[in-house]
Amino acid sequence: MSAPVTSPDAGALRQGGTIDVEQFSFWYGKTQALFDIDLAIAPREVTALIGPSGCGKSTFLRSINRLNELIPGARRTGVIRLDGEDIYQKGMDVVTLRQRVGMVFQRWNPFPKSIYDNVAYGPRINARPRPADLDVIVESSLRRAALWDEVKDRLGASALALSGGQQQRLCIARALANDPEVLLLDEPASALDPIATQKVEELVYELKRELTIVIVTHNLQQAARISDRTAFFYLGKLIEVGGTQRLFTSPSEERTEAYITGRFG
Amino acid sequence: MTSAASDHGAFSSPRARGLLRRRVVSVIMIVLTCVAAALAVVPLVVILAYLFKQGASALSFGFFTHMPKPVGEVGGGMANAILGTLILIGLAAAFGLPIGIGAGLYLAEHRGTRLANLVRFLADVLNGLPSIVMGIFAWQFLVKPFGHFSALAGGAALGAMMIPLVSRTTEEMVRTVPQALREAALALGYPRWRTSLQIVLRTALGGIVTGVLVAVARVAGETAPLLFTAFGNSFWSTNLRQPIAALPLQIFTYAISPYDDWHAQAWAGALVLIGLVLVISVTARFVTRARHGGGHG
Repeated sequence: MSAPVTSPDAGALRQGGTIDVEQFSFWYGKTQALFDIDLAIAPREVTALIGPSGCGKSTFLRSINRLNELIPGARRTGVIRLDGEDIYQKGMDVVTLRQRVGMVFQRWNPFPKSIYDNVAYGPRINARPRPADLDVIVESSLRRAALWDEVKDRLGASALALSGGQQQRLCIARALANDPEVLLLDEPASALDPIATQKVEELVYELKRELTIVIVTHNLQQAARISDRTAFFYLGKLIEVGGTQRLFTSPSEERTEAYITGRFG
Repeated sequence: MTSAASDHGAFSSPRARGLLRRRVVSVIMIVLTCVAAALAVVPLVVILAYLFKQGASALSFGFFTHMPKPVGEVGGGMANAILGTLILIGLAAAFGLPIGIGAGLYLAEHRGTRLANLVRFLADVLNGLPSIVMGIFAWQFLVKPFGHFSALAGGAALGAMMIPLVSRTTEEMVRTVPQALREAALALGYPRWRTSLQIVLRTALGGIVTGVLVAVARVAGETAPLLFTAFGNSFWSTNLRQPIAALPLQIFTYAISPYDDWHAQAWAGALVLIGLVLVISVTARFVTRARHGGGHG
């Protein structure tokens, strides 16, 4: 399952991808979804966000690429910095931000187009490479997503003909084609079977050498397996954050312990 | 034994009588709805049958290729009117489609805003506007200032009629595009306008095409908006700034004339017009079916 990772534009030497969150709060209309979140996310690490449904994990994740602001009535205070730059400041171009911060959703959502076109979608309008260069980007992105060997003979086929797990890895390849510094994963494996889940997890493990990964998951074993640090959210508040091993073996907060031992959630 | 017999007797007990009444009412209602359904189809069948009977005799190959002949001369056709109707439909589409599709896209993508609600309401009002009013409007602004009737004015009047039809279908179709697809494009760094045009509109395209064809079929047969805009023309004309012939107008002119051979021509013209609308409708159905049968849309 370890396809060769040949990525000419991989961020092996890149230093970017640090996220700093200060006193971040978020409202949907009158409902406050996030309360004063303070969190530092280090580059080239996997940070898992765990917590019961409705605790604000996904809201927080979608705040990092400003996807939440499309919802009518959404409002926020506080600061999120990407490599020291406030992503909500006036001069920040949201289109550029979303190229730097890629996202993969719970339910895979490839466009009803060919496999090639799905991966080429971002670069085509963002970097605007020449066709030959685009081929290179598509191949390297598919390789990085460990999908190349399975689809290289049918790049023109519809993306919707792939299996669920393949479609999800295609969505990861699509995000990687923009060469992002940060990859946000919103429960990327929760609708996949165990084999496909394992492939996605191996992929996350490979990719963290190149970029910062923030993953929302309901699967505590998955968080324990693949993340370096874990943040526990509860009712819109960040209860505890720390090294994954430490947090799972000796949580300092009682609510964290209650959640990871399965007493609620 | 007698009491048991009366209990089981079909219509003697109160309960059985209730059952009988329900059955009778049920049968009556079924018959009534069947009659209503039959009556609903009758006008169409009668019209088609009569039209065919009257029109088919005057219909020939020459009808499509020849120009109208003066009264008393045998033969002649409506080539100019058929061409005129096609040109008017093209103009109407050129005016109405961009505006209608754009408005529908706005209504769906910005639903809930005050402006969207207002626009939707006004589009509904426009949809209910009598077509003759649309013609007067076009005459006031596109005929009177220029001093002469024109194909452009007729096309604009028909195009204005298409706007609400097209915008409503577009809105419905765009709403069915999953939010996940929008977010996928936005998360890749696509600007919102580009997401709307390239992802949302393209995904909804099949349904929109159907709606467009239905709108085209609807305005193809309109007469009132053309009376004082396109006006009609008994000669071959493709000049958009001059009056132009149209099937509905030609039918109207011939039908109110006192000449028998013109009446026959009017019937044939009506048959051609219905055929045109039918072809468009069937195409619309075909496109819809191809979309649903062709897998993911």
